[in-house]
This record gives sequence, C-alpha cells and structure tokens, in this order.
Amino acid sequence: MTSTVTPVRSKRSALTKGQLPKYAPYAVLGAALIVGAAILALIGFNAFGWGVVSAILFAVGLVSWSAVVEGSRKAKDRLATCLVVGSFLVALLPLISVIWTVLVNGIPGLLNPGFLTNSMNGVTGAFDNKAVESGAPVLGGIYHALLGTVQITLLATVISVPVGLLTAIYLVEYGQDGRLARAITFFVDVMTGIPSIVAGLFAAAFFFVVVGPGTKTGAVAAVALSVLMIPVVVRSSEEMLKIVPNELREAAYALGVRKWRTILKVVIPTAISGIASGVTLAIARVIGETAPILVTAGFATSINTNVFGGWMASLPTFIYTQILNPTSPSNPDPSSQRAWGAALVLIILVMVLNLVARLIARIFAPKSGR
Amino acid sequence: MTATSLTSTQGAGRTGDKVFSGATLAAGCLILAVLFGVALFLVVQAIPALTAPADKIQGGQGFFAYIWPIVVGTLIAAVIALVIATPIAIGVALFISHFAPRGLASGLGYVVDLLAAIPSVVYGAWGAAFLAREISPAYGWLAGNMGWLPIFEGPASATGKTILTAGIVLAVMVLPIITSLSREIFLQAPKLHEEAALALGATRWEMIKMAVLPFARPGIISAVMLGLGRALGETMAVALVLSSGALTASLIQSGNQTIAAEIALNFPEASGIKVSTLIAAGLVLFVITLAVNMIARWVITRHKEFSGAN
Repeated sequence: MTSTVTPVRSKRSALTKGQLPKYAPYAVLGAALIVGAAILALIGFNAFGWGVVSAILFAVGLVSWSAVVEGSRKAKDRLATCLVVGSFLVALLPLISVIWTVLVNGIPGLLNPGFLTNSMNGVTGAFDNKAVESGAPVLGGIYHALLGTVQITLLATVISVPVGLLTAIYLVEYGQDGRLARAITFFVDVMTGIPSIVAGLFAAAFFFVVVGPGTKTGAVAAVALSVLMIPVVVRSSEEMLKIVPNELREAAYALGVRKWRTILKVVIPTAISGIASGVTLAIARVIGETAPILVTAGFATSINTNVFGGWMASLPTFIYTQILNPTSPSNPDPSSQRAWGAALVLIILVMVLNLVARLIARIFAPKSGR
Repeated sequence: MTATSLTSTQGAGRTGDKVFSGATLAAGCLILAVLFGVALFLVVQAIPALTAPADKIQGGQGFFAYIWPIVVGTLIAAVIALVIATPIAIGVALFISHFAPRGLASGLGYVVDLLAAIPSVVYGAWGAAFLAREISPAYGWLAGNMGWLPIFEGPASATGKTILTAGIVLAVMVLPIITSLSREIFLQAPKLHEEAALALGATRWEMIKMAVLPFARPGIISAVMLGLGRALGETMAVALVLSSGALTASLIQSGNQTIAAEIALNFPEASGIKVSTLIAAGLVLFVITLAVNMIARWVITRHKEFSGAN
C-alpha cells in the first residue's frame, strides 16, 4: 500500500490523485507516432498520412486515458485542447505548402539571366519550343510587368493617400460623430468589402462613359486600385489619429494656434508612424490584386512607361496570363517557370512591404515623455 | 479699433481653417460619391444587357437564364469555403487568444496574418498546380465510396480542377479574415468572467464555453459574414483553379462557375453587348456582397452598443 509508506508521500498522492502525470501527452505522442508509422507501413508510407493518422491516434489515446483516470470533464477539456491546437496546425499547412511551392518552382525562373531586366517583347512560342526541345535558355522576363506594377501602384497611392488621410482627419477632428461622419464610417466599412473585380469593373465602366468605350490604361487600373485602397487608408489613419492624446491638441489651442495648424503641425506628426505603416500595408494589399488590373489595364508584353495610354502589364496579370495562356501552348513549361518566378518576386515584394510597415511603426513611433 | 485689428490678424488663419476643413469634408464626400458612382456606373453600363432581346445574350435565353447558374455556383463555392474555414478559424483564434503561451501569441498571430498577405493570384497558381494534383486521388475515392451522395457523384475529375478544390483554396483565403476578427473578440471577453469561472473550478474548456463563446457569438457571426463577402467576390482562386462548365450538383466533377471568375475570364476579350452582360453580372455580385457586408456591419454595431466594449 503506497499510502502507508510515509505521510509526505501519501499527501502528495492525495493531491495528484486522479490526474495524468506531466509526461502523459509526450508518452501518448510517442506511442501515436510509432503506431501511426506501423499502420502506414502496412498500407504504403507517406509523410502526410503519417501525420494525420498519428494526430488522430494521439487525440483518441490521450482523451480516452484522461477519461479513465481524470473523468469526463477533464477529458472534454483535453479533447478541446487537441482540437484547438490541431486546427492551428491545419492552418499552417497551406501557408507552408504555398511558400514551399513558390520557392521550389520560382527560384529557377528568378535565377534565369535577364529575368528581371528583359520584357516579353518579341518572345514567341517558337523560342519556348526551342528551349524545351534543345535546352536553349528560356527567354523573356518580367521587367515590363515590374515597371507596370510600380507605376500603377504609385499612381494609386498618390490618389488614395490624400483622399484617405483627409477623410480620416474629417472623421476624427471635424465630424464630431455627426450624421455625415457616421454615414462615411459606415460606407467606408462597406467599401472594404467591395469585391476587387467589381472595383475594376467600376473603373472600367467609369472610363468607358467618360473617355470612350474600350479605354484600358494604367491610370484606369490605378483608379480601380484606389477604390480598394482608400478604405484601408481611412481606417488605419483614423485609428492612429484617434490615439493622439487630446492634451496635445488642447495645449496647441491654448497657445492660440489655429485648428488646421494644430492638425498639420501637432496631430499628424505625432501619428505619422502609424499612418505611414498603415499606408504601406495598404500598398502591400493592392500590389497583389489581379482581377481589377485584368479588366482595366489589359495585358501587354512590352514596356509601357505611359500610365495614361496603352495597355500595361503588371506582375499579377503576368502570372495569370502565363499560366492560363502559355506563350507556347504546346510547351507550357517555360511559361510556368516565368509565372512562378514572377510569383516569387511578388511575394518577396509583399513581404518586404509588410516588414517595412512594421519597421516604420517601431522606429518612428513617437517618443513618449511620460 | 482693437476689434478690427484682431480680426485682421486672424484673417489669414481663418481662411486656412476654412480651406482645410473644406478639403477634409470634400474628401469624405468624395468617398460617398465613389460608392454611389460604383453603383451608378455599373447600372448605366449594365442597362443594355438587361433590356437586350433574349437571343443576343450569351446562351440565347436572356440575362436571367445566363446569370442564375453562376450565382448558384458562386454561392456553392462560398459555402464550401465557409464550412471548411469557420471551425478551423475559430480554433486558431482560440488557440492564439486562450491556449498559446503569452509570449508566443502575438508571433503566432503574425504567422496567420502572413496567410492574408499572400496575393490571391499566388493562391490560384498554388491551387491549380499543386493542390488540384494532390487532391484528385481523394476525389476518386469519394466518387467510389460516397458516390451515392449527389454532391460526390462520379466520375471524378482526373485533374482535380473542381469546385471543391476552388472552395478549399477560398477557405484558405478567408481563414485569416475570420481568425483575426474572432481573435479580437475573444480577447475582449470580460476577464472577470473568465477568472470567476476558473475560480469556481471550471476547466479551461468549460470556462471558454461559459464565459468566452456566449460573449463572442455576435462577433463570430459577423466575422463569418465578412469572410463570406470575401469568398463571394474572390476571383483569381476560382478563375485559375476551376475548369468551369455548366451547373452541376456534383462537387468533384469539373463544371460550375462563379460570377467573379466568369468576368475575369471573359472581360478582357469582350466587346459590345458582352461587356454589358459582364458588367451586369458584376452588378449582381456587388449587390450580393453589399447586402452580406451591411448585415455583418449591422451585427457588429448592434453588438457594440450593449457590450460596453470599445
């Protein structure tokens, strides 16, 4: 009888009675991995199946052990924990898979000489056929698409930032929660939910009416992207302006400074780091938009530096067309290599923008004197 | 005299004030005008398709015969996405807010936000090149063993480019949206209620069931609605993944089409009445997503008023 050995021992066992030992999850995990490997070995081994089978065995084993020792309440708690952790792991799968796929397929395209400095001008299916059949280098690159993306995004930023920032200022400083301010807040929220392709159709329809049917230029695409970008800029700037302490405004008013000078010289400089990082995130969001550019700027294969005239390529539409309509329909491999290379460049761009946004927010955060 | 000198020195500043507040007001009104313009220009460009004789529209049976299969297709894809994404998203949000160690939580949140940062066209390419290939054996199994269910009726698509694959890709794309919104709500759940539940001896799951989930229910509903809005309007995932066709009940055969993908695939080469038809389809999509989003926002604001949060 363990309870009669020493009084200290018996006290400890009374406290920990009805609990699984600390090592229980690890023991069950180990057992599940071994049994899972054994089962998979019988029906043909693959890593994904091993993970799934082991996870199920782990959950069943741990929960039933807990049900026997700890009772049904603790067992339910362990089941919930298993499900919650499991859902997180499931959510990681596509992230890892996407990044892995893009890296594996994209690096050969990216390392291709001239990929970043050449356009697709003059690259025909004949070259791609030759590349596949005789091993000639894959020609063509994404220079025109990169240039188009930068131009369109820059123009969209130039349109969106003033409008978005001024609206945010109106909402925080002038609106006073009136009917108009509430209407703007509501419709900005609604605008956040506009499908990107509808924004593209709007810009297209607008320019069809104003300029003429079939108008497709970089500027139309920039307008479409602005429709998507403005609500993001408004929301983030509004949040940033709201957290500027009121004491700063009151101090400025007390010194006799006009309201507009107060906003320009006191409020905005205080909030600038947050606003800048919000704008960067908004750029990161629209730079990968495909559908609105597809319906507004068409797709070009050559360099176009004029935003206001002619079709313009962009990275997302380049990826889309290279996959859907390969340059050489009989040999799609060079096209898909270019598409994955472009996808890698696009992901790197977006990640860098996200990183920059975080750095801006951290480095230029206002020094709080208190 | 003092009065006039006062006003004259303030004159310049007052003009600045007026100009500045006028500019902010104009910017705010511009946003309302843009949203109104979106509706207006879509309607103007869509009218020819709505009034055209039935045989001029693609399919030859008028606009409504053309639009309803792709509306249903859009809904099918969105429902698949939500059925898959909602439980996982709630699990992930709970993991980050209540299960993960404090120090890790914000980092894990950033990892999930990375999912949202990946451009949709990359998801589309991934779905078409990787997921469809990997998942097609599973479709063969479903057709063989579950084929008596209409939604799994065979023969399964050999390429895996089906509406179910598109729905899975959409689920990945709406997952970060539902997760981040539900996470915010879970973090707002009253700490005192949680501690009281734990102090009375509740397990962590019982605490979440009693103190967190009831508080968060309206927030979860609106997060799911916003995810629905995104899934309805998402273009690239479907355009690249799905090999489209006529409306079919089976999810594992090629077929079905969504509004957004239909527009993206056909608009670049369209002209004349076809442009109007596609813009009218866009208008239908706009109205559907607008309704979904407005309901979601309404739920959020109604919830805000009595929760005391914020």
